[in-house]
Amino acid sequence: MVVLIGVSMLIFVIARIIPGDPARIALGPNATTEQIENLRADLHLDEHIFSQYGHFIADLFRGDLGISLYTNRPVTLDIAQFLPATLELVLIAGIFMILIGLPLGVISARFQNKWPDHLIRVISLVTVSAPSFVWAVIFMLLFAFYLPLFPIAGRLSDIYEIDRVTGFLFIDTLIAGNLTAFGDAVCHIILPALALALSGIGQAARLTRANMVETYKKPYIEMAQAYGFFPSRIANHYAFKPSIIPSLTIIGLDFAAMFGNAFLVEAVFAWPGLSRYGVAVILRKDLNAIMGTVLIIALAFVVVNIIVDLIIAFLNPRIRYSEKAKS
Amino acid sequence: MKSNPLSLIGFGLVLTISLCAIFAPLIAPYPDHNGAVVDFLNANKEPSAQNWMGTDLVGRDIFSRIIYAYQISLILGVVVLAISTPIGTVVGLIAGYRGGWIETVLMRVTDVFLSVPPLVLAIAMMGVLQPTLTNAMLAVTAMWWPWYARLVYNIARSEREEGYVLAAEVIGASSGHITFREILPNCLPAIITKMTLDMGFVIIIASSLSFLGLGVQPPTPDLGSMVAEGARYLPDSWWLSVFPGLAILLAVFGFNLLGDGLREILGVEE
Amino acid sequence: MTLLDIKNLELSFKNFKGVTQVLHGIDLSIRRGERVALVGESGSGKSVTARLILGLLQEAHNATARGQILFDGQDINLMKNRDQMGLRGTDVSMIFQDPTSSLNPSFTIETQFYDVLKRRTLSLTKDESFKRATQLLSDVSIADPERVLKSYNFQMSGGMNQRIMIAMALANKPKLLLADEPGTALDVTVQSQTLKLMQDLVVENETAVLLISHNLGVVREFADRLYVIYRGRIVEEGPTAAIFNNPQHAYTKALLNAIPRITGGGLPEIAEETDDYLAPKFTHGAI
Repeated sequence: MVVLIGVSMLIFVIARIIPGDPARIALGPNATTEQIENLRADLHLDEHIFSQYGHFIADLFRGDLGISLYTNRPVTLDIAQFLPATLELVLIAGIFMILIGLPLGVISARFQNKWPDHLIRVISLVTVSAPSFVWAVIFMLLFAFYLPLFPIAGRLSDIYEIDRVTGFLFIDTLIAGNLTAFGDAVCHIILPALALALSGIGQAARLTRANMVETYKKPYIEMAQAYGFFPSRIANHYAFKPSIIPSLTIIGLDFAAMFGNAFLVEAVFAWPGLSRYGVAVILRKDLNAIMGTVLIIALAFVVVNIIVDLIIAFLNPRIRYSEKAKS
Repeated sequence: MKSNPLSLIGFGLVLTISLCAIFAPLIAPYPDHNGAVVDFLNANKEPSAQNWMGTDLVGRDIFSRIIYAYQISLILGVVVLAISTPIGTVVGLIAGYRGGWIETVLMRVTDVFLSVPPLVLAIAMMGVLQPTLTNAMLAVTAMWWPWYARLVYNIARSEREEGYVLAAEVIGASSGHITFREILPNCLPAIITKMTLDMGFVIIIASSLSFLGLGVQPPTPDLGSMVAEGARYLPDSWWLSVFPGLAILLAVFGFNLLGDGLREILGVEE
Repeated sequence: MTLLDIKNLELSFKNFKGVTQVLHGIDLSIRRGERVALVGESGSGKSVTARLILGLLQEAHNATARGQILFDGQDINLMKNRDQMGLRGTDVSMIFQDPTSSLNPSFTIETQFYDVLKRRTLSLTKDESFKRATQLLSDVSIADPERVLKSYNFQMSGGMNQRIMIAMALANKPKLLLADEPGTALDVTVQSQTLKLMQDLVVENETAVLLISHNLGVVREFADRLYVIYRGRIVEEGPTAAIFNNPQHAYTKALLNAIPRITGGGLPEIAEETDDYLAPKFTHGAI
């Protein structure tokens, strides 16, 4: 919560400090002085900075983020249109990160110093060594152009007309009962989500491996081996569960980082999400829209952090039972 | 010591790239393609013997531009780290050793920066500044120091209780002495390792910013903006995007390998 | 009837400095139902011997083991991997030094019992396992077994965890129990309680025990026979009483002298190593 306030203040102040008159930029070079003055008054641009902030907070509580100078619509409407696409992408990428990254780390630790370990370690290192847009370009070239496995861009082929109920295509296609459209949406999301998830996968694999290697040194693993538990049971359960708990915080951070990287991937795959909007308003110094976008994203990770904390508390018996008295 | 072959590869990569950056005018086949040169006759050519990586849309040799782009990237990285590391280290040391309300205040401020993913913060900052190289450096530096603060803070806080610190206090050494002469050396391995790995990370952030058009502007060569320019011409003119992208990968990979190797040698925990 | 027969066991580790010989040819035997102790200081090689019996160390890539370990007549080193693993947790089980850290903090005791009991009966259901575990915990004098089964190791005291470990170790009625410094991590009073408990149970189940310890007081109470190990060599062996009354080897004498006596006189010095310690083995006559 403190974070949210801090970030919003930071951006607000920086935005107001920069040279250049937002009203003039928005109205274009042909605007008359009078029009500019009016807009400046509307935007409270001439008032003291604290009162500007006050207006902002007051409007915020009313659910009003102002009008975007770029689209000439309420910012809230813009966000509502573009946010679900980005959320869907980030969520699927997060699922990839966990479903692919964690098992890779487990395999790596279980066969420590043998070839699967070396292979996975090198691959993990490579995946974190390039920004998401590089992977996006490579994937697009390899899997959409040269091997036409996946569609090239966008969320859904134009032939499908689906009502945007929630904005989440996965849900909307099912609501509309159109299974082929659902399949189409899935095909469209795989490449971008994978490109987005790739460095997270590498991170998760390396982290899991490191934690599991430490766990394998623990006495209770030696006891499990002494009792002849199957190595696969030890790897996938006994050693795994205590290992992921310390990783969860960092995995949460990586997941949050994907919101930023989504900007890059969306650009390459022409994904109609928050990023294109975000970059456009940034270049136009559209203050309301910028504030709105930043706030929403900041809100998104506060929520993600809270969820991660809850998951950690749920999975970690020590936290769950910390109030229980010793027998 | 360098019994780890991978870190040797990393060292080699970093060395090569650094040399390229330093001696760019000597190495690049077309040194003046660094700037606003146009040669439309040769525009958009595939990789060939004259242009190893092809030419871009206005006829500039991509290989040369990549070498100059390395120069920019490394300068950016060095400047950012040279400023943010000392700031962050000092903040972390003071917070870690002094404790009390100083610790709380400094760490709260650090936390605000740390809880926002780096790229988002960078984008937000650049969003309100004019996109130039200087501003990009400023923005990245401003969001970078908290990571060092937190790193050093953690070390300092655990070292605070160690024997040698208590001994120095008993003797009557000043806080300044203890902080900088006693605790700091113990933080150095972690700091050095992080700096090496960070060079790669700065390159990633910087190229991401310029990819979005928020960083270095043309005609200055930059790996991220080169990929962005070329992205519209996939797959036909694939060399426009692929080579700069691979260049990023190679550089960051080198720094990561080197950093991992350093971590092992210096005995830093992950 | 000889249950365990170790002949000329050698163990060496390889690292970048060279080869380190840890065991220089150990001979050791245990009969059914017999309680034998292996006594020595840290680094003498007693712990690795136990792990070799279980076949744990042979898998490590920098360890080379030679010699015979015959269990019930069969050489463990020559067995197929699957058979060798089959012995673990069923015919041969082990108790470790620190009971709390030997249990997994992320799983309930119930789950860990389930995994242990499944070693004998693959098709065991969770309910059957719960019932059996409840019974086993009562056998080690735990008052509220159901609650304990639903708990985690960090919620319970060291003594309680020690009882749980003993219960687990004896759950599958092993022929041989390896006890690696049991109770060392506990208070002295708790330690003696658990040792008494262990003693009663192994007598009842006719389980042979290899007790590994550096604590001669414990050994004296518990073991019928003992082997003294120094630097990877057995230097003295024989019935417990015989060795305590009449130690022959220089090292054994030094060990015995190091036991604090209640009659006062302070803690005697254990002599620095002399060449006497490298004298050949003394064997006392059997009982």
